[in-house]
Amino acid sequence: MNKDRLREFIHDNFLFGDSDMQIQDDTSFLDNGIIDSTGMLELVNFVEQQFEIRVLDDELMPDNFDSIAKLSKFIEKKLSQATVEALEVPTANATR
Amino acid sequence: MLVHKFLEDSARHFVEKVALICDDQRLTYHEIDQRCNRVANFLVEAGIRKGDRVAVYFDNRVEAVIAIFAILKAGGAFVVLNRTTKYKKLCYVLNNCQAVAIFTDAQAAGEFAQLSSDVPSLKCVVCCGAYVKGLSARFFSFEEILQDYPADKPAVSCIDVDLAALIYTSGSTGSPKGVISTHLNIVSAATSITQYLSNENTDIILNVLPLSFDYGLYQLLMAFKFGGTLVLEKSFLYPMVIIKKLIEESVTGFPIVPTMSALLLRMHELKSYEFKSLRYITNTGAHLPISHIKKLRQIFPHTKIYCMYGLTECKRVSYLEPDQIDAHPGSVGRGMPNEEVYLVDENNQRIENGAIGELVVRGSNVMKGYWGLPLETAEVFRPGRSPWETVLYTGDLFRQDEDGYLFFVGRKDEIIKCRGEKVSPKEVENVIYNMDNVVEVVVVGIEDRLLGEAIKAYVVCKDYARVTERDVKKQCLKYLEDYMIPRFVEFRKELPKNPSGKIDKKRLMAGAEFGTERESIVGA
Repeated sequence: MNKDRLREFIHDNFLFGDSDMQIQDDTSFLDNGIIDSTGMLELVNFVEQQFEIRVLDDELMPDNFDSIAKLSKFIEKKLSQATVEALEVPTANATR
Repeated sequence: MLVHKFLEDSARHFVEKVALICDDQRLTYHEIDQRCNRVANFLVEAGIRKGDRVAVYFDNRVEAVIAIFAILKAGGAFVVLNRTTKYKKLCYVLNNCQAVAIFTDAQAAGEFAQLSSDVPSLKCVVCCGAYVKGLSARFFSFEEILQDYPADKPAVSCIDVDLAALIYTSGSTGSPKGVISTHLNIVSAATSITQYLSNENTDIILNVLPLSFDYGLYQLLMAFKFGGTLVLEKSFLYPMVIIKKLIEESVTGFPIVPTMSALLLRMHELKSYEFKSLRYITNTGAHLPISHIKKLRQIFPHTKIYCMYGLTECKRVSYLEPDQIDAHPGSVGRGMPNEEVYLVDENNQRIENGAIGELVVRGSNVMKGYWGLPLETAEVFRPGRSPWETVLYTGDLFRQDEDGYLFFVGRKDEIIKCRGEKVSPKEVENVIYNMDNVVEVVVVGIEDRLLGEAIKAYVVCKDYARVTERDVKKQCLKYLEDYMIPRFVEFRKELPKNPSGKIDKKRLMAGAEFGTERESIVGA
């Protein structure tokens, strides 16, 4: 489902709904010139707002962002990290 | 001196030195020179003659570098095109310069299968990647050429007034123009620039700018001239990747445009890095705001910042010595070595007194004109004080302070600078006009923190027509390079006109907002 939301966002904002261009899960944004450097900021902003995560400077890397599949995996990782941190907080408070 | 001698001389002096770091490859001068010879020998055998135009339609990659120098060695002139150029414009440029060959990747070769029939002058298409066999007798494999052709230098001789390149630039008429550059033009410009940047063979340059942009192209040409190393990247899409590479490769020179500095300054973690090797950063394409300079100095405390100005028609005009930034804030400096610059008023009289005037450039870096466009050429490349001389009327308005430092005031025409690259409003308007139901359109640049100028289209449609912003952008994506696509589209019932019936851009802009959406993303 995350992949679908990402695909829709990319399609609407960088391909402007052009149905001739189909983005596969592993289509590289860099190699195919689909997003430019200022467009990447929009994608980061979208990801941060939609999924309520924070993207650190050195997380903006091809391994995390350069395809729908990679980005989806990155988002899942961040969400599960956030869950773990949320679960740990009460314990930390209890020991103070 | 010829441009390909930059490579050949460096290959003699620095045989095993790494010249190019790109695509996970590290190639020495010798290796590059050999590959270029092989490709040049192929071109000669394929029938390329002196002065023939050969297109290079690649991302920034090893094969682009090889193609450029191979074309020169074969006596031809290279024409590097932005890889995001769409088919119709690609054909326009190739037909305009009657290109006889094109180097490209398999994806383009496959997508544009009818290229050789739409461009009758094309004798061959050289592609790298999966070989597109059987498409036509005119298709050749880059990889096979490297195997099959000898590495001896081709027996082609040129002189320095021979054509070396056509560099296409956007024009206010809407069609791109090929700036005629001879070997002498390029050598002169490269010599002046490497002199004021104090380049030495120990310099390592990191270039993310497209090779189709003269600013990016010359990073390659100059690096080979002074026997340095070029780290060539495709784009600034992942800034942290570039920063890490900068540190890893001990880069000494980093050319940027203001959009890149805006992206850099968004990054919170840069202050924790050290950039001890970075000797200089250069900026041109658009004005680098003083606020950016201040912040860049904090991140790069050991690095000199060169603010510069130029145009394709003469490559570069001016530079500000880094230690003069504080004394002349906002200036783009003074003319570079071996060049003269001056301002003229509307009557073509020289201005000496601080008034605003058009900048005129004189020197052997002034290019030879626009390919096939004698009228446009004559408007811009005009006789100088001496009748045998041609000087360049830049179309840019400046004022000069008493020390001769230049301050940019504005363009005479309406060219927009988006991400440091020229965008012709007319070219974008023409594309949008071709849409059904569009009655009127005007394209302007509006100030944008990130882009320099953001492109905005005001569109008037037929009553009840359902044209959306998305439709307009999709149309632009189909025909224009990515940096030309409007950021903002606004629909109006009508556009204000001045008394002579022309669209009144000033009145239109008077109500225009700034790039506010961008500010929330850009942050600091």
